[in-house]
Amino acid sequence: MVTKRTWSGKVFDIFNTLFMLFMIVITLYPFYYVITCSISDSNMIIGDKGLMLLPKGFSMGAYQMVMRNPNILSSYRVTLILVVVGTLVNVLMTSIGAFVLSRKRFAIKKTLTILIIFTMYFSGGMIPGYLLTYKVLHLGNTLWALILPGAISTYNLIIMRTNFIAIPDSLEESAKIDGANEIVILFKIILPLSLPILAVMTLFYGVGHWNSWFNAMLFIRDRAKYPLQLILREILLLNSTDAMTGDASSVDKYNIGESIKYATIIVATLPILVVYPFIQKYFVKGMLIGAVKG
Amino acid sequence: MLHKKAAVQTVEVKKPLRVRLKNELVQNKYIYILAIPVILYYLIFCYGPMCGIVIAFKQYTPSSGLFGGEWVGLRYFKEFFSSMYCYRLIRNTLLISFYGVLIAFPAPIVFALLLNEVQGSKFKKTIQTVTYLPHFISLVVICGMIMDFFSTNGIVTKVIHALGGPQVNYLGDAKYFRTIYIATDIWQGVGWGSIIYLAALAGIDQELYEAAVIDGAGRWKQMLHVTLPGLAPTIIIMLIMRIGQVMSVGYEKIILLYNPSTYETADVISSFVYRRGLGNSFEYSYTTAVGLFQSVVNLVLLVGANAVSRKFTDTSLY
Repeated sequence: MVTKRTWSGKVFDIFNTLFMLFMIVITLYPFYYVITCSISDSNMIIGDKGLMLLPKGFSMGAYQMVMRNPNILSSYRVTLILVVVGTLVNVLMTSIGAFVLSRKRFAIKKTLTILIIFTMYFSGGMIPGYLLTYKVLHLGNTLWALILPGAISTYNLIIMRTNFIAIPDSLEESAKIDGANEIVILFKIILPLSLPILAVMTLFYGVGHWNSWFNAMLFIRDRAKYPLQLILREILLLNSTDAMTGDASSVDKYNIGESIKYATIIVATLPILVVYPFIQKYFVKGMLIGAVKG
Repeated sequence: MLHKKAAVQTVEVKKPLRVRLKNELVQNKYIYILAIPVILYYLIFCYGPMCGIVIAFKQYTPSSGLFGGEWVGLRYFKEFFSSMYCYRLIRNTLLISFYGVLIAFPAPIVFALLLNEVQGSKFKKTIQTVTYLPHFISLVVICGMIMDFFSTNGIVTKVIHALGGPQVNYLGDAKYFRTIYIATDIWQGVGWGSIIYLAALAGIDQELYEAAVIDGAGRWKQMLHVTLPGLAPTIIIMLIMRIGQVMSVGYEKIILLYNPSTYETADVISSFVYRRGLGNSFEYSYTTAVGLFQSVVNLVLLVGANAVSRKFTDTSLY
């Protein structure tokens, strides 16, 4: 963009800057509000709270209750397992799929590509998918029900394939002459050369598992196997903070219940908020790779 | 390099199919080995459910098994189209989608254009970092915050009240649901959605701008005649993809936010499928039929939008 400094241009710049500042405020303020509410004295934030620019009183009581809650701790563990195992399966399967589709001399490549891309635009739907996982494969109440049905995201697979195709052939040709087969080529040549896209995929899938709740709601019956988001849903949306407030009187229960909600949001979101600034650039990179040619 | 030439020759001579098949399997043995888990995944988890669609045409009961049950033809489709829910569900789905395309779809484009005009790369980076953030917050947390903020004593309700609106629980009133749904969608997605357009903006040839300046174009004219045409292919592709999802409104958010008092405007096809199929009752065949209706309409719209775009703009998905 070539800019000439004109009067109207300057006015536009001022308004544009103001608008952008407004965007920053409106994006961050809700999180700030939740933080100040969570560290406020629970009896002082009932009813009219105002803008909560500063915490009202100070209490870490809600955090103590959240950290003492066995449900939160066990669901945190389940979610960690889910993120690690799930993401590993995702990245491995997606890499293999992308590699297979990026091979040039491979008779069924075209057919396979079409059949795979078709699944992006048409699916069996919620109910047949559920019946398959639950009644046919009997994966109900296991974490596999949350890992296997979404093992490959076709969109990510296509992004990765685009990336693999861009790797020069000469490298694998020489490896082939040295007697390497395709499995060796994938793990010893292609993947080490694709670390940036592998990082992006790991992050995409990882955040996806961290945030997912719907399949867990469908398939997990056993409370000990609830992932974090399902417990969050109970606390935030179904209003059940009773398990945490224990034997407090009912008024206190209600009051502290409000603070617990805010504290829970922070406890559940903190890992993402902390990691986010560092990984943000990889996400953007990932989107750009996908944007080049889908 | 020698064996490559030999391979080319075998193709030219056209050996019998069996020999060629054998050659292919021997030559690409390891690719096929690698392909097995991927093919199995797609067969089981993508094409498996597609086969499961047959239960939309059968009277499926848990005891009859997936392939048992009596054929009932189009009974469940007829039942849906003649039910009182049909009109409400299609209307709600289309309205939320329509507002989405009309308001939530252009928002990231406008945002990207404005961001592109911001001088100072540090400020620009900060805006990007901040506005991408909500995309990564889980839907459960976002909806929890929405519930709190729009409740009678919530912070958003307070602001609306200060501006002259009523102080009520906005999520309890059906007439506000769509507005809240779309507004929060924009809040969560406008930054992240702009990335793809920013990438396209970065790809526009700088010389075009210089030429436009020589021709006397100001910033507004540059945007109109250089930037927008440069963005057009990306916008069209995104629009085609969006139209292919017109019938599927993000049901997770709906299910988290709606309640019986807002069903009138909030209940969409996919939330209905969930509620009647897996939530409150277990009408598997009926809801599979409703889901199939939704998928087919989506597919038809996608193919249609793609064909129209290919004809008039040379831009298409495939």
